[in-house]
Amino acid sequence: MNGDIFAQVNLPRVYRRRKWVNNIILGLTGLTVILAGIPLVWIVIYVILKGWRVINLDFFIHLPTAMGATGGGVTNAIQGSIVMVIVAAIIAIPLALLIAFYLLYYPQTRLGVAIRFSTDLLSGVPSIVIGIFGYALFVLPFKHFSALAGGLVLAMIMLPVVVRSSEEMLKLVPKELREGSLALGAPEWKTSLSVILVAAMEGVVTGIMLGLARAIGETAPLLFTALGNEHYDVFGYIKQGIATNQSLWEIFHKILAEPTDALPLTLWKYAQQPYPERVEQSWGVALVLMLLVLLLNIGARTWLAWKRRQTHG
Amino acid sequence: MLTQKIEIRNLSVFYKSFRAVNDVTMPVYENKVTAIIGPSGCGKSTLLRSLNRMNDLVPGSHSEGEIILDGENLLDAGVDVVDVRRRVGMVFQRPNPFPMSVYDNIAYGPRLYGVKKKAILDEIVEESLRGAALWDDVKDKLKQSGMALSGGQQQRLCIARAIAIQPEVLLMDEPASALDPIATLRIEELVAQLQERYTIVIVTHNMQEAARVSDYTAFMMMNEQRAGELVEFDETAAIFTTPQDKRTEDYITGRFG
Amino acid sequence: MSNTQSLFQQKNDLRHRLGRFTNHGDRFWVAALFGSSLLILILVLMIGWEVWALSAPSRHAFGWAFISPWAKAAWNPALDRFNAWPAIYGSLVTSAIALVLAVPFSIAVAIFLAELAPPLLRTPLNYMVEMLAAVPSVIYGLWGIYLFLPKVVHPIGAALQNTLGVIPGLSTFFGGPIPASGISKLAAALILTIMVTPTIAAVTRDVLLAIPRSQREASLALGATQWETIWKVLLPMGLSGILGAVILGFGRAIGETMAVTMVIGNTSGGGYSVLKPGYTMASIIANEFAEAVSDLHSSALIEIALVLFVVTIILNAISRWLVMRVQRKTMGR
Repeated sequence: MNGDIFAQVNLPRVYRRRKWVNNIILGLTGLTVILAGIPLVWIVIYVILKGWRVINLDFFIHLPTAMGATGGGVTNAIQGSIVMVIVAAIIAIPLALLIAFYLLYYPQTRLGVAIRFSTDLLSGVPSIVIGIFGYALFVLPFKHFSALAGGLVLAMIMLPVVVRSSEEMLKLVPKELREGSLALGAPEWKTSLSVILVAAMEGVVTGIMLGLARAIGETAPLLFTALGNEHYDVFGYIKQGIATNQSLWEIFHKILAEPTDALPLTLWKYAQQPYPERVEQSWGVALVLMLLVLLLNIGARTWLAWKRRQTHG
Repeated sequence: MLTQKIEIRNLSVFYKSFRAVNDVTMPVYENKVTAIIGPSGCGKSTLLRSLNRMNDLVPGSHSEGEIILDGENLLDAGVDVVDVRRRVGMVFQRPNPFPMSVYDNIAYGPRLYGVKKKAILDEIVEESLRGAALWDDVKDKLKQSGMALSGGQQQRLCIARAIAIQPEVLLMDEPASALDPIATLRIEELVAQLQERYTIVIVTHNMQEAARVSDYTAFMMMNEQRAGELVEFDETAAIFTTPQDKRTEDYITGRFG
Repeated sequence: MSNTQSLFQQKNDLRHRLGRFTNHGDRFWVAALFGSSLLILILVLMIGWEVWALSAPSRHAFGWAFISPWAKAAWNPALDRFNAWPAIYGSLVTSAIALVLAVPFSIAVAIFLAELAPPLLRTPLNYMVEMLAAVPSVIYGLWGIYLFLPKVVHPIGAALQNTLGVIPGLSTFFGGPIPASGISKLAAALILTIMVTPTIAAVTRDVLLAIPRSQREASLALGATQWETIWKVLLPMGLSGILGAVILGFGRAIGETMAVTMVIGNTSGGGYSVLKPGYTMASIIANEFAEAVSDLHSSALIEIALVLFVVTIILNAISRWLVMRVQRKTMGR
């Protein structure tokens, strides 16, 4: 090259400036991480401190008292959440696994592409829209709000989460494993369930746990499907049913076809009521909800990381 | 006149507690090609990457000893890594052009150092591409993506990019190992040309290549603790005809590795 | 001899029949896969169909004026007149502010997570991001009402009112005073900022991590600093993916319901000022649907759901296209 290209450049000064810019900006990114952590720490600490004070045994086993009165619990919300999440899990998990297998075997077909797009879309549809849909489909025709309707919309929330994570996990299973099993003469369904699914189990379970965490925390879709019910009490229904000699079907009907409460729904209502007792209780509900969701999340991820480390040395 | 451009003194490189390179002492002569050969895993790449402090990128790595470039120890705490890397350029095993145009690939380095004038950049781009024997291939497609070139062209683009900031030393880490024989040959011819201006250190696992392109050869091997050690350093001709060490002889005659 | 042979044959025959049965099993299996996959497709189509069909009364009554900023009619359930513009405006302005704040912020977080964090910090910080995304929306709302709004949003709002609010042209958007409770569009925007940050940061982090190490080495070996490498090589390379992350964040922001409903005040009377209460599309549905006073009222709310659904489809299509571009770019190498 002809001559020194840096003849007109004061290199030490350029170095100094560049190093300054580098240090300042990289320092700033560290600062943003700290800043991003503040809300989380603030929320977690505050919810624990405030929630802890109202949590006792009554909180878990008693129905709410009248507005403005002290005492009482939120067993209606806890039981409702459990019932609806179970309904959601029973529907969503097998469905999601079947869809994940379909995407595994037919990824590039036209239907495969359409399914993947639908899954993305379903996870992107605002949950309030799912709520409206649930209302139109499961409430309007039967003329009443129910745990079943709530469970069904929660299943719709869970479905894409579980499909996506399961598909990722199934894809990680080496092809040889499937081929090996098929070569031994095992049918496709048996290979899928007893070889591929088992090999991917840890990841699939993680995905299911994340889906459950998501479903437990959802409020918007329940507004017009489960509605809320301060007297919802599964144990009460069963006791009453036995006492009055109701059939199993009638008891089931009561559990699934009544308007139902849920933890996030109760939190939402209590937080905005003018009665300080209820606002206090809403922090307790927040604590239970937060612990459930965060523990499911942390548990799922830690377990997967630990399992992976175990199998990969 | 033979001058020492770099002097490596008692260099050891560690990854955490693992010693990857053990106590290497050797010279690198100015405007000569020095080849580092040896079986895989013998620490030759690690040694090469010490010369422009690329090992710093590996978490937990540290070095002992000295690497003296024009009287300055590159391993000193006060040394500016950016300046080291400007003076000691590097070409990697696999061509790694940036996903930008040929022009921008080459102007990337000079721009970092404050060269902004279009006319000067144009000149640098042309000179560098000529220096890397690529100008005739790409002079009409400077605006095209560097990724669109063939493998051999990409590697020459990377060489052009490296020499655009006028380094004094050029490090090459198996620059032809990912290329086909014809492209390899062109890179080897290029190394011979570049030697007039730059001091070159080239790592290769291909002994014929070392014999063809280099003036000096360093032969490295793992010791019992799996640390890389320098077995022998000499003029290439001497290494390949009258090796002093039995292990060198075994290696070049193919009785080993 | 013949006895054992017949036994063998019998056994073979049995196996054959079993085999046929399990092959039948395969047919069921494929049918089940196909059926459940079709179900999700039908489900999505049905969502579109239901909100389309049920919004018919409102669509016929108001036409395009329903979403027009210039329509005379306001949102008035008592008079059965509905114009969704205040809610659309609320959604747009809160999401826009949230993105403007969250995008640079999340990219900075992603850079730290992908490029700078020492290995020991990496796992806890990644957990932190996941946790931020996992905290249920209602808890953000609760925290918002009692802590974030009075302690953070109100002072910021007051400061904005005294600075930008007094500039003639900007007073439309920053006119105060902000309510003492802090309830305002600004509150919703700031809560949304916190809520979309983990989404955008996590995707951007994954985009950065997917870029091969050789690109970083090439840049650093030329003497670039780490920041120069990030700014001039990594970010341009990941641009499509990062855009996809931003779109995902926008989708989250515009669909977010509970936290926003709890802090935005739910009134269509707040006008254009971000310091005043308002509505978003999602919050107006959450707030009014259960107590809709007329069929036209609920139909109008469902039409808002239709708008949200269409927006979701568009955003998804764009992000899908971006992802495809990334794949083509990285595979066509």
